[in-house]
Amino acid sequence: MPKTEEEKGFVDIVDSRYKPKGVFHIIEANQPIYNKDTGKLAGVTNPRDMTYIHTYGGEAIFFESLGKGRLMASRCDNEKCETKGSVYEPFRIFCPDCLRKNTVVDITEKAQKTAKIHSFIITHRSGAFNTLPKPIKFINVEFDEEVVTILMSVLVVGEPEMGKIVVPIFRTKSPTYTIMDLMFVVEGTTESELPEGFTF
Amino acid sequence: MIKFSDKQLKIPKLMRPVYLATVGMSKFDRAFPETRIEELCIDALTAAADFVNMTPSELKKYIHTCYYGHFADHFGDQLLGEAVIHDRLGLDPLGNIGVKTGGATGGSAMWEAVKAVASGYSDCALALGWERMDEVPTDEGNHLISCAADKDWETPLGHIYTGYYAVMAQRYWKIFGKEEDSFRNTMAEVAVKNRGYARMNPHAQGPMKITVEDVINSPIVAYPLRVLDCCLMSVGSACGIVCDEKTAYEITDKPLRIYIAAGSHTLRVADRRDMKIPLLPNEKPNQYDDLGKRFPGGNRYPGFTGFLAARMSAYYAYNMSGVVDPTEDLDLVELHDAFTISDIQTYEDIGIRPYGEGRDYIESGDAYVINPHTKKPGKLPSNPCGGLIGCMHAVGATGLMQIAEIGYHIWNRWDEIHEPEEKWKAFGREKPKDWTNLQVKGAKRGLAISHAGVGSHVTCTILMDPNNLIKED
Repeated sequence: MPKTEEEKGFVDIVDSRYKPKGVFHIIEANQPIYNKDTGKLAGVTNPRDMTYIHTYGGEAIFFESLGKGRLMASRCDNEKCETKGSVYEPFRIFCPDCLRKNTVVDITEKAQKTAKIHSFIITHRSGAFNTLPKPIKFINVEFDEEVVTILMSVLVVGEPEMGKIVVPIFRTKSPTYTIMDLMFVVEGTTESELPEGFTF
Repeated sequence: MIKFSDKQLKIPKLMRPVYLATVGMSKFDRAFPETRIEELCIDALTAAADFVNMTPSELKKYIHTCYYGHFADHFGDQLLGEAVIHDRLGLDPLGNIGVKTGGATGGSAMWEAVKAVASGYSDCALALGWERMDEVPTDEGNHLISCAADKDWETPLGHIYTGYYAVMAQRYWKIFGKEEDSFRNTMAEVAVKNRGYARMNPHAQGPMKITVEDVINSPIVAYPLRVLDCCLMSVGSACGIVCDEKTAYEITDKPLRIYIAAGSHTLRVADRRDMKIPLLPNEKPNQYDDLGKRFPGGNRYPGFTGFLAARMSAYYAYNMSGVVDPTEDLDLVELHDAFTISDIQTYEDIGIRPYGEGRDYIESGDAYVINPHTKKPGKLPSNPCGGLIGCMHAVGATGLMQIAEIGYHIWNRWDEIHEPEEKWKAFGREKPKDWTNLQVKGAKRGLAISHAGVGSHVTCTILMDPNNLIKED
């Protein structure tokens, strides 16, 4: 059952400290586990409901930008780095080679023009806490040559195929500030076909 | 493009020879509702003592440090579980440490134990692993496993690890398998072979007498992978004890030489950058220059089709031990068959076959104890215990179970562990009427691959009869 507003946990940062308010864990009694054949006690359940607090650190700009309809990546601009000019998506705060801080770059237009499917998989299975409609169409997206990595995401309109052109869409209405605010659709999809809350 | 320096490619050196003195393992099953994990760990260590005709108390007197492989604290809901097991095994106040590298945890625990002995810190070290995956419902179990992916970039996408893994299978299937029915059949053959071998193993959780058609008609998990293409989810424990030469011969008159090395690669498949294929001793420069021509799309390495960590662990371990060609130099292998297709990918990563030609290892019959085409012994039998598909995948124990199984063959005592009627009865399992001895005759050298996730960590262990080493110390 979804939690009421009173049962949820919220966090702000004030003076560089977390300030939690609301409910972060709900206590529920344990229950015995009996062996129905022998009538003997085997163990107990340990119910637990808790909310974690998590920082995005230097990746926060990526997740915040999704809700604004922008796809941010990062690029190594260190003149002395052997892999200078490499663009990373997934976004990396630091260059994996020289360990200097990368420059944040907006690749929204690049993604709109060059994104294509590198690999994909369709699965009807999911784990607990999944909110994606099934079957889930996982895709791995490659961009132009400057982007040296291959982003994992999901395709929500159209059928996946290796090499097929896809376009990013963003949850700009009520963003979740998670990777779930970025999805892809096949080229040619219209605005009216997008899932609720998403825009190009 | 990433490059390695000469220093990074240095061949690891053990400062003194290390020997595997004994091994043991528990029964493996999907659930043990009335058994604590420490009971299974004690079963494994007791089996190791039995194997060298000692009591557990006698064997424990040799142990100096302990390396525990247990991956998923959140499954067991117990932090510092290593301290619990260490205490229950009665090994306090010895130094111990927990090792966590996903599916490679068992192999990594052994890696640490071997280094402790090689350095001289310990003369005898215990590597023991376990996993408990039965105390949450399966969908929550899937979520917990998906936490081994990147929690911000991958886990929220379906909370299903298979989805993150299977994109690699899909790419291999299309590029190297060319989506051929014949390749689909070859994948299925791996499942038929391994589940069939598991029928001869009383420890095994998933024995099945099945056909290629059964595999191909089993429910789809993520196309092209079907239920019978996938490994088991298990509970159980396994261990191995490694020593310097003097101590090893005090415990047993037949210790085995052990070499082990490790490699790694990105947690997210997404982060893999293009690079030149590092070559193994049986490969030639320029061998893969035309790979992209022969298999369009196969020119990006490791891309989604190879496991760089497996290749690097084999590179280090082969050069440490003198192995040049695994098919010629080894007598059997235990591979990490998490999925039928990843098993085939690994044949290429560790040089049993060149990249793009892994399927031939199965199709030729080389991977069988008895080659189905020639009815003669297979050249390099793979996973006679049933592997992860047929025997078990109790994550922290898996790599150690594989090492134990290779050891049983080289010790020529495989039937002693797998045949006794009493063991089948004690485990509540029915011994098949057609039980067959799968002992690889004359086995002197073997290899085990312990592999994590999408290839984040891999260890390569090589065991050899000390009278049949390839390389002089």
